Amino acid sequence: MTADSVTFIFLNAAIVNNFVLAMFLGICPFLGVSAKRETAWSMGLAVIFVMLVSSICAYGINWLLKLFEIEYLRLICYIAVIASAVQLVEMTMKKFSPGLFRALGIFLPLITTNCAILGVALFQTSREYTFIQSIAFSLGAGVGFTIALMLMAGLRQQLELAKVPSVSQGAAMTMMLAGLLSLAFMGFAGLGSQHG
Amino acid sequence: MPGRPDTTERVTLDTFLRGLWEENPVFVMLLGMCPVLAVSNSAINALAMGLASTFVLVASNSLVSLLRHFIPKQVRIATYIIIIATFVTMVDYAIQAISLDLYNALGAFIQLIVVNCMILGRAEAYASKQPLGVTIINGLGIGAGFTLALLSLGTVREVLGAGSLFGIPLFGENFQPWVVMILPPGGFFVLGAWLLIFAWFRQYREQRLSDQGVPQHDR
Repeated sequence: MTADSVTFIFLNAAIVNNFVLAMFLGICPFLGVSAKRETAWSMGLAVIFVMLVSSICAYGINWLLKLFEIEYLRLICYIAVIASAVQLVEMTMKKFSPGLFRALGIFLPLITTNCAILGVALFQTSREYTFIQSIAFSLGAGVGFTIALMLMAGLRQQLELAKVPSVSQGAAMTMMLAGLLSLAFMGFAGLGSQHG
Repeated sequence: MPGRPDTTERVTLDTFLRGLWEENPVFVMLLGMCPVLAVSNSAINALAMGLASTFVLVASNSLVSLLRHFIPKQVRIATYIIIIATFVTMVDYAIQAISLDLYNALGAFIQLIVVNCMILGRAEAYASKQPLGVTIINGLGIGAGFTLALLSLGTVREVLGAGSLFGIPLFGENFQPWVVMILPPGGFFVLGAWLLIFAWFRQYREQRLSDQGVPQHDR
């Protein structure tokens, strides 16, 4: 398994360099939507879809920008593509499952400002992935995001039953939990170096 | 809350100070967490990130404030994002020209300032309704609050995790660095600790206010 094989890129993005817990991308929805498992699951699916669409579009756009040598417009183009992809997901979800649409609330349009999605587009550009590699990378990142979100949602549902001091309720406790999760994910770090 | 000055929009010291303490973007409003956690592994990175974000915040909010009568309501978010992205591109190229080391250390996080919800949030909630002068002062305050939060994380993590501050070693040869602090989990732990301190302080102050409040009602 070499460093640029598709499997390696997928596993690396999903587990070893988990987007949320090791690279700190997408912390806002991670903290905001992880209170319930159902919403966490559908949020994860929405993010995977938007990531895949925007990654494919970003690959095409980057090719075009390079053709015309106007790479400084990259950031603006990427963000416009992501915003439209989110709009697409929003309309689809509103049509086919209005209940879920209401449950996700403000966090659905906020996927636009989810740094994980722009992060995927930027990283695949700076690492010069091919088309297939880009798809594997974006899927891996999305799966990693969903794993982190689901783990966190499960932990927080258990935590509701526990007695904690009133000072540490809310954000502080969630941060500590995220730290412990991140510590656990550090255990995968050896996985990359051995084969890479 | 008693004693709080009214919020008619005159430029006062409070316009600036509000962002630093009462509406601190990181510790109170929990906005823009990603760069806070990711680049606070050393004090110098934290400072650079804070200054870059402050520049983008002030510049883009000024432009939004100037254009607030011309931007149609339906496409305002898209317009804000484009304005922010323009300034971020400028900062990105400027940092690359000034210091390549710093650019490599901050990595993609300079470009990711675009999606910092703090900046978009200020544009939507404040700059689109207020005149230029107030917006600039308020933006500077929020930016200072953000930089302060980044620095308070960055210094703690660098001192504990590397035994140095701004690259200058603090302890002797025998110091055993607490490496986990500059690794990802350390970011969560230190931020959690700061939030705990803030929550504790707020609870203490509310307790004291209500203790004082009771005799006033009796009178």
